[in-house]
Amino acid sequence: MRSFSLIDLVSLVEALRWTVALVVLALGFGVPLALGLAMGRISRFVGLRWTMAACIQIIQSVPLLGLLFFFYFGMPMFLGIQVPAIIAVTVAYTLYTAAFLGEIWRGGLEAVKQAQWEAGSCLGLSAWQQFRHIIAPQALRLSLPPTVGFLVQLIKGTSLASIIGFVELARAGQVVSAATFQPLLTYALVAAIYFALCLPLTLWSRSLEARLDGSR
Amino acid sequence: MNFLPLWRYQNQLIDGAIVTLELTVISAVCGLLIGVAGAVALNGHITPLRWLVRGYIELFRNTPSLIQLFIVFFVLPNFGLKLPAFEAASVALSLYFGAYSVEIIRAGLDSIPRNQVEAGQCLGLSGWQVFRHIVLPPALRNAYPAVTSQFVLLLLGTSLASQVATDELFHVAGFIESRTYRSFEVYAVICVVYFAMAMSFKALFAIIGAAAFRWPRRR
Repeated sequence: MRSFSLIDLVSLVEALRWTVALVVLALGFGVPLALGLAMGRISRFVGLRWTMAACIQIIQSVPLLGLLFFFYFGMPMFLGIQVPAIIAVTVAYTLYTAAFLGEIWRGGLEAVKQAQWEAGSCLGLSAWQQFRHIIAPQALRLSLPPTVGFLVQLIKGTSLASIIGFVELARAGQVVSAATFQPLLTYALVAAIYFALCLPLTLWSRSLEARLDGSR
Repeated sequence: MNFLPLWRYQNQLIDGAIVTLELTVISAVCGLLIGVAGAVALNGHITPLRWLVRGYIELFRNTPSLIQLFIVFFVLPNFGLKLPAFEAASVALSLYFGAYSVEIIRAGLDSIPRNQVEAGQCLGLSGWQVFRHIVLPPALRNAYPAVTSQFVLLLLGTSLASQVATDELFHVAGFIESRTYRSFEVYAVICVVYFAMAMSFKALFAIIGAAAFRWPRRR
């Protein structure tokens, strides 16, 4: 047994890189997918709308932990190949991000009144131009606060990657806690680091919401 | 792909699902009680209490549920409070759900325009009557969708309790996997069971909501 030292603190902060990396990967792949889901959800084709709705509904009704275990333990067994942890984890978080952001952005897109689309077509804009120049900017403004709010959920959610052995902040906390026998200090520090990451985003989301409210 | 080896574990799966439901309902009820108490405190006039509730909300909403669970399970024993796994998970999840409930319930109460309360007072209703007949019904209706979706998130979140060895559904999944080595089938089945439970609750809440909040909206 050894006492908690500077090295332990450093290892926590270093593990933070992987938490950030997970968030970046999830957003990098999840955001384009979410855009596709959101646009599919408001499309004219009923079949497409239903398919997208079903995809979102399924992912939102399964625990994130279930997605992680399915892609990390289940899929390699099914495919009969070794899948590196980072890929399994990225797939799970990408789907999670896409489903939640897709639903948030659909809400934003639907909140913009139908008359706005019609006004655009009266001006002779194409469907894409209407979306790009009239609908999207308004929808973005409306859905920014919940989007930032979801970012907090995502950061907190990356802690679950620790359970399948991926060494990010929460996992590093477990390791340090086991090595130093100081769970109180270690977990308090880990919680404080998550808190320091998430609180500014929460406050930002809230101020965005307040500003939006005032302008309406 | 072969789901047959899982068949003999169906009793464990059912037991696990029951523990998951127990954990969800207990945490939801305790969390809602915290939510009501917190919302009352936030609307009250005792400033230190308001600060305390605000601090509680921010602390529990901005840290991962998993870390909260670890702190309850691994750290509290150092202070002489050693909880069994199920109780520790209930406490951690209640506190987590409570932090969200406070905001939801407060938002529901705040959504009632001040002049409706004044109108009630003009009609000579007592404070309790105003609350019971004018504030509460629409506040409940406004808070209902948020509470129910948070409930479903809680149901899915109880899977974390498996990490402190609570015998709930996800823990059972790990057990079956260690016996059968059929990871794909086990986690596919587990995801389907969670999905079925989540969808059932969503359907149930939709029916209850439609029956309980029938009066028309303004405009």
